[in-house]
Amino acid sequence: MTAVTGDERVADPGRLRRLLIRPELGSVVGAIVVFAFFSGQSAVFRSVDGVANWLDPASTLGVMAVAIALLMIGGEFDLSAGVLTGTCGLVLVTLATRAGWNVWAAMLAGLAVALLVGFVNGLLVVRTKLPSFIVTLGTFLMLQGLNLGVTKALTGTVQVSGLRHAAGYDGARAVLAGSVTLGGTGFRVAILWWVAVTALATWVLTRTRAGNWVFAVGGNEQAARAVGVPAARVKIALFMTTAGAAWLVGSILALRFTSVQANAGIGQEFIFIIAAVIGGCLLTGGYGSPVGAAIGAVIFGMADKGIVFAGWDADWFKFFLGAMLLLATLANRLVRRYAEEVRR
Amino acid sequence: MTPLLETRDVGKTFGSVVALRGVSMTVERGGVTCVLGDNGAGKSTLIKILSGVHAPDSGTYLVDGEPVRFGSPREALDRGIATVYQDLAMIPLMSVWRNFFLGSEPPARGPSRALGGFDVATAKRVAREELRRMGIDIRDVDQPVGTLSGGERQSVAIARAVHFGARVLILDEPTSALGVKQAGVVLRYIAQARDRGLGVVFITHNPHHAYPVGDRFLLLNRGAGLGEYGKADIGRDELTSLMAGGAELDELAHELRRTDTPS
Ligand SMILES: Nc1ncnc2c1ncn2[C@@H]1O[C@H](COP(=O)(O)OP(=O)(O)OP(=O)(O)O)[C@@H](O)[C@H]1O
Ligand SMILES: [Mg+2]
Repeated sequence: MTAVTGDERVADPGRLRRLLIRPELGSVVGAIVVFAFFSGQSAVFRSVDGVANWLDPASTLGVMAVAIALLMIGGEFDLSAGVLTGTCGLVLVTLATRAGWNVWAAMLAGLAVALLVGFVNGLLVVRTKLPSFIVTLGTFLMLQGLNLGVTKALTGTVQVSGLRHAAGYDGARAVLAGSVTLGGTGFRVAILWWVAVTALATWVLTRTRAGNWVFAVGGNEQAARAVGVPAARVKIALFMTTAGAAWLVGSILALRFTSVQANAGIGQEFIFIIAAVIGGCLLTGGYGSPVGAAIGAVIFGMADKGIVFAGWDADWFKFFLGAMLLLATLANRLVRRYAEEVRR
Repeated sequence: MTPLLETRDVGKTFGSVVALRGVSMTVERGGVTCVLGDNGAGKSTLIKILSGVHAPDSGTYLVDGEPVRFGSPREALDRGIATVYQDLAMIPLMSVWRNFFLGSEPPARGPSRALGGFDVATAKRVAREELRRMGIDIRDVDQPVGTLSGGERQSVAIARAVHFGARVLILDEPTSALGVKQAGVVLRYIAQARDRGLGVVFITHNPHHAYPVGDRFLLLNRGAGLGEYGKADIGRDELTSLMAGGAELDELAHELRRTDTPS
């Protein structure tokens, strides 16, 4: 029948299209290009030591990028995620050094603070229906002020330090901020956390009911509600997930450096978003991949360290950041056109 | 046999606007009741009463022979009355199988069930089977719904309603935005649903879409029923002219002919 031939004509480009619209595609191509480029510039970069070196910034950035990717697939942004890593670190170090808390207990307190911030972000977004960009810009500024104000009031300086001497430090450091030696090269434990978070996020997103709901609330919230998806709960949970990731990263960094600056994490929020976008997340929600975001973080780890290995000025990193964002967004827009194209 | 749905002289007013008055209709198992009428005739108002969005101001509404008063669409759905609206409630970027099960995902077997795991293999298989059973040939249930044609999307929505236990399917102008071929596709699935024993309420402007699948035809004009006809009682031409108001159509034809013919 004519109807059937009409449909078959679309079947073949459909298969090619499916391959092209893997959300991770852009980040995989980008990672290969960036790796090849810096490998050509510097032999250290492609050595095992070099890899261990650039996987380190990739891992902490990656944990955040994966959580932000989930949130963006759910149709929201979080600008307070970067500064929240600083808040969690400050809470941890302050309680452990000035109040004499055990490091583990201080970390739990940091987690409680983070989840509360995430809950408030989420509640404000679903209740007020304001764009999350604005709501979290508000919490971003408030946290920035709190971090500085409280730190200064307590210490008279803009940092808290001395975590090394707190009770429970060695155990916590081994779990979150230690290294494992593989073939003579030390790799940060954070890399394992990053891999675990990516795997967990991927499983939740693709293999659970909650994951299906995340795609749905980001794709079309009205339609999702109409079939009984608890959209508000899903969004609040996503903000709390992002906050939980900020706590993990903030704790890792605090344990590693044993001190936290009051302005820690500021400016990182955009890098998380950019890594997620490079990994295939659409700014409009409903589409993306945690694996893509993790690879987006690898690109940034490579660029961050590669620029140093190549002996260039670190200022070029910002240029690189902007160029990657533009390229990734343009590529994503094409993808969306393909995927959402409506035939009649 | 008691009809699945029946309305007796139902009416609905919005403030001073009488949207519907004294409309009686029936929907049988395995039967298609077409509701026809011009713009503003009250078609959508009638199906909103059937699907539980509005409660009628007068008259009675019976499901399986017993009078009901639905407070929400959910209550109607629980009685097996599913409505597929023009805007479908589907998510364009999500795959066909994810859309099919959205909100009613089959839980995983095994330990991940407790963690909210979702049986992806079963979902894909059931979606594919269920679509095939309706005669819908979608090669790839992994493709995003946004890449389907309007008719295919309409069909997936129908298949989903059938799978989740609908006994009555209400379709509000499912063919109005579609071309001839795609409308044919949807009409075929309406016939499929009917053959599986569902009662179908099919709203349309177009008598050419209604006539081939319909068993009964309810004509609405300015909120009032012009009568419910069985297929044996009315021919296609009669239906068309009743719908358009026969005299008006003759006049229109006459007018068009004069302007068309160069002198
Ligand atoms: N919520 C409402 N409030 C006030 N008036 C309404 C409301 N809903 C419908 N009406 C009126 O009731 C009348 C019937 O409307 P209805 O939507 O049922 O028509 P319809 O047959 O579905 O038309 P169409 O073919 O254009 O979809 C119209 O005059 C409309 O303005
Ligand atoms: Mg209508």
